[in-house]
Amino acid sequence: MATPPLAGVLLILVILIDLFALGTSRLNAIIRAVALQGALLAALPLVLAGWRGAEPELLLLAAGTLAIKAFAVPRLLLWAIREAAIRREVDPLLGFVPSLLLAGAGIGLCFAVSAGLPMRGVQGVTYLIPTALSTTFCGLLLIVARRKAITQVAGFLILENGVYLVGLPLAFEMPWMVEAGALLDLLAGIFVMGIVVYHITREFSSIEAPPAPTRGPERAAAAGLPSLDPTTRGC
Amino acid sequence: MLLLLTAVPFLLATVALVVPARLHRPVLLGGALLHAGGVTMLWVTEPAPSAFLAADPLAKLFLTTLTVLFLACVVQAQAAARPARDDRVFVACLLALLGSMTLVALSQHLGLLWVAVEATTLTSAPLVYSDRDAHALEAAWKYLLLCSVGIALALLGTFLVALAAAGGAPPVHSLLIPELRAGAAGLSPAWLQAGFIFILVGYGTKMGLAPLHSWLPDAHASAPSQVSALLSGSLTTCAFIGILRPLGILRAAGQGAFALGALVGLGLLSMALAALLVAAQRDFKRMLAYSTVEQMGILAFGVGLGGAATVGAMFHAMNHGLAKSALFLSGGNIQHSFGSKRLDVVRGAARRLPISGPVFLLGFLALAGSPPFGSFFSQFAIVNGAFASGRFLAGSLFLALLALVFIAMTASVSRAVLGDPSGAAEVEGTGDGLLAAAPPLLLLVAVLALGLFTPAPLRRLFAAAAAGIGG
Repeated sequence: MATPPLAGVLLILVILIDLFALGTSRLNAIIRAVALQGALLAALPLVLAGWRGAEPELLLLAAGTLAIKAFAVPRLLLWAIREAAIRREVDPLLGFVPSLLLAGAGIGLCFAVSAGLPMRGVQGVTYLIPTALSTTFCGLLLIVARRKAITQVAGFLILENGVYLVGLPLAFEMPWMVEAGALLDLLAGIFVMGIVVYHITREFSSIEAPPAPTRGPERAAAAGLPSLDPTTRGC
Repeated sequence: MLLLLTAVPFLLATVALVVPARLHRPVLLGGALLHAGGVTMLWVTEPAPSAFLAADPLAKLFLTTLTVLFLACVVQAQAAARPARDDRVFVACLLALLGSMTLVALSQHLGLLWVAVEATTLTSAPLVYSDRDAHALEAAWKYLLLCSVGIALALLGTFLVALAAAGGAPPVHSLLIPELRAGAAGLSPAWLQAGFIFILVGYGTKMGLAPLHSWLPDAHASAPSQVSALLSGSLTTCAFIGILRPLGILRAAGQGAFALGALVGLGLLSMALAALLVAAQRDFKRMLAYSTVEQMGILAFGVGLGGAATVGAMFHAMNHGLAKSALFLSGGNIQHSFGSKRLDVVRGAARRLPISGPVFLLGFLALAGSPPFGSFFSQFAIVNGAFASGRFLAGSLFLALLALVFIAMTASVSRAVLGDPSGAAEVEGTGDGLLAAAPPLLLLVAVLALGLFTPAPLRRLFAAAAAGIGG
């Protein structure tokens, strides 16, 4: 089925946001980009349903997606970085330019692979599945390439957005229970993650605070703090 | 009836959040007893399945093990000193974990199954963080993030299976497992295989199959021992159910070969990795956690071989659950007595703890598959299945890896249990109390009893569970 032009534009924006999140170091910007991506995803089912008129269930799905992905979850994360007083991803495991190059290659691969999959029965649009797989890939990349817990949560959200896109054609076919369950789980998951991030901030705040230059390392060692895994270093 | 079995623990979890602290432990014990009663009713009455929930043989097998383990863990938790901190979150999360694991076992809908598996992660993450120190925090974070990513990939796989069904001939607009199996022949193969790969990777992460196991040793070693026993003994197998249900669909669609091959490969890889790393552990709970990776490898290998080996794997799932939790619970007593779980501190536990020490040693032997324990017979069935079906290379590799893990663990376990405890650190006022020592002992007796005499209904159950996944 051909892509309605507006849906195509939305999907391109979704991929651009993936790349933006991989290319920036400002946490605030990443979270806002993820929120925008959530809003785009909320609009997609309505745009796709254009030819058959939006049913109430679909409106509910769109509203729920908007509320959770574009508002509730980003607010929680913005709260977390304000509490933790962190602004930037410094010293990522994989640099920003290599991340972007890898993402470009991955997106190309996703489109190539999807061209080989039989699309019969997939309601919706030609580019939906490759966009979904690309977004999933970029989310995974963001999780493994960054050190800060909060960036990893953002990566997890992008990953979830990709999964949501795969499920989108099914929203027309099936009881929307699965999507609704996924949304609720996402909310609960981010809530628990937010609490853990908060605890990480508190637990390791002694390391975050700049110690006196000569005594810093010894103090940390004397306090018996564990050598920090990249995952937990600084929030 | 089935709905009650999963809903009551959730209700009690809510109750635990609001009642005063002195009622928490009675609520927990009540939840465990009610669940045990409910599972007994499953055996007696064979309740009618509803659309989404059914107590099929696989569910019954898992729930029977789960309810025994949970009861043992809860009884031992009653013995532990009352923590200074308010433990309502701990009790509520334990009960909610019980409810969500029950839901995983009963669920006959791939979407509901996914929601339930995700719920097990969210309810168990706070349990991993019970100790509230930096290590527990790091373990909880790794656990939460890696398993959430894994489960998100499993959702992707579930959606792909749904696409396979929607694009099938004739199309199946449902994620109900019986309907998918009935229409399996028409499902579109490419989507179905892609879906299974994502499901295998996703739930495989949660199950602890190598190379996706990296969170497991941290989480299982950082949690309190009763929680470790539940995580290792039940939750891993619970994630395996998430792989077994779609496997049944794939086999009904005539595409089992590639799925089974993947399971055999991942199984052997997990065993090999555990064999390499288990000897290097300086902490006996981490050592037990690596042994869980190995045991999950055994289960995947057994199911991947099909036929008699699958029946053996079903039997082994029960043996592993019982033996591993006996080890973690007795190990918990040892840890309390020595004030440490480091293998260079703990020595001669048998002399200081006359029940927990020997139970730890015998539990290790049971796990390693020594006769006459049940796991000897289940592992033997798997090996036998491998050779009977002409898979000589896989069977020999399996035997070699089993032997390697046994050798690697023997030195550490024997030093910790045998030997002379004089001079080792001792925490005042600890010892083998009745409530602390009886649960692991009884679990060990159960593994022994399964080996000496496997009741006929159980044997039929293993065969039926294997048949239910197309084995």
